[in-house]
Amino acid sequence: MSKIIVYSTPTCPWCHALKDFLKEKNIEFEEIDISKDQEKAKEMIDKSGQMGVPQIEINDKMIVGFDKEAIEKELENV
Amino acid sequence: MYDLTIIGAGPAGITAAVYAARKKLNTLVITKNIGGWAATSSEVGNYPSYQFISGPELAKKFEEHLKSFDLDLREGEEAISVEKINNIFKVKTKKQEYESKTVIIANGRTPRELNIPGEKEFKNKGITYCATCDAPLFAGKDVAVIGGGNSALDAVIQLMKIAKKIYLINLTDKFIGELVRLDKARNSEKVEILENTETKEIIGDKFVSQMKALKEGKEKILDVQGVFIEIGSVPTIIDVKTQDGNLKLNKGNEITVDQYCKTNIPGLFAAGDVTDVPYKQIIIAAGQGSIATLSAFDYLSKIK
Repeated sequence: MSKIIVYSTPTCPWCHALKDFLKEKNIEFEEIDISKDQEKAKEMIDKSGQMGVPQIEINDKMIVGFDKEAIEKELENV
Repeated sequence: MYDLTIIGAGPAGITAAVYAARKKLNTLVITKNIGGWAATSSEVGNYPSYQFISGPELAKKFEEHLKSFDLDLREGEEAISVEKINNIFKVKTKKQEYESKTVIIANGRTPRELNIPGEKEFKNKGITYCATCDAPLFAGKDVAVIGGGNSALDAVIQLMKIAKKIYLINLTDKFIGELVRLDKARNSEKVEILENTETKEIIGDKFVSQMKALKEGKEKILDVQGVFIEIGSVPTIIDVKTQDGNLKLNKGNEITVDQYCKTNIPGLFAAGDVTDVPYKQIIIAAGQGSIATLSAFDYLSKIK
């Protein structure tokens, strides 16, 4: 199984909502705080072409924003 | 067929749903997200029972309360239109259509857009409407903040710690934000304030690289990699077609309601920031949510 990565900032409300959502479903994920790690921030932007948080990487696919439906669909394929 | 369909689950919609559940109405809640704009507040200090709570935490509490009831909740679905035919409401989402005897519109407000060339193309590619979320992405960069209210000034203050240079661009020379905040911006060497300046175009390739502005008739090109648009909000639009004519809105496109949260369409109610209620506050939205459901309950008991 490929790793699930959440790119977030500490002050972003939808990042919190996204993480709570994953925790409720007992889904393990790695969290990257891009306010502390500029390299990873660049990596995220390169991967998705999008400058905004939250972003979640599932199965090498990037989903921008807390798009519950898209995330649930992608989680089915994990 | 549902007794009541609630569109939106911010403070107004959630309170409406709580009241509906306790009245044992067969209720449907359709919402893009739970918590609405309240969830994006950094701190809430004026909601009784919490001396201090963050927006996301309060939204979480609202959500727990909402989900403690047996309601039909469609989260992540967006209602796009409401039709009233033969005294039945049809609520359409991108996925399907629902039928209901009454409807409460509580879908709040949406960030206002500039409606200029480049704005749509570069959304999330340098343009952002959420400074609290995305500011850290612009570390060491040159950015512009558009607006003159508290949210614009807060964005500037946040960016002072992160960005290299910040242009604060305001359409007039009057800032409606607090003076304390404006002084912080004025006193920073990183901040250049451009008054009487209109933003005309956002320019870039893959990401934003420039913006075009008009200051007192003169065109100015600013080299910026980020544009923070903080120019307030507009009521969220939903298409309403009814046998009883058009839904009445005020000049600001807010839904006109009376003290019972009734719109001009019988059976259609509205609550919270989408209405013309003075003062957009969490507690007022919640209060209106309860009024709307109690009114809907009265309406239902009369048509039965």
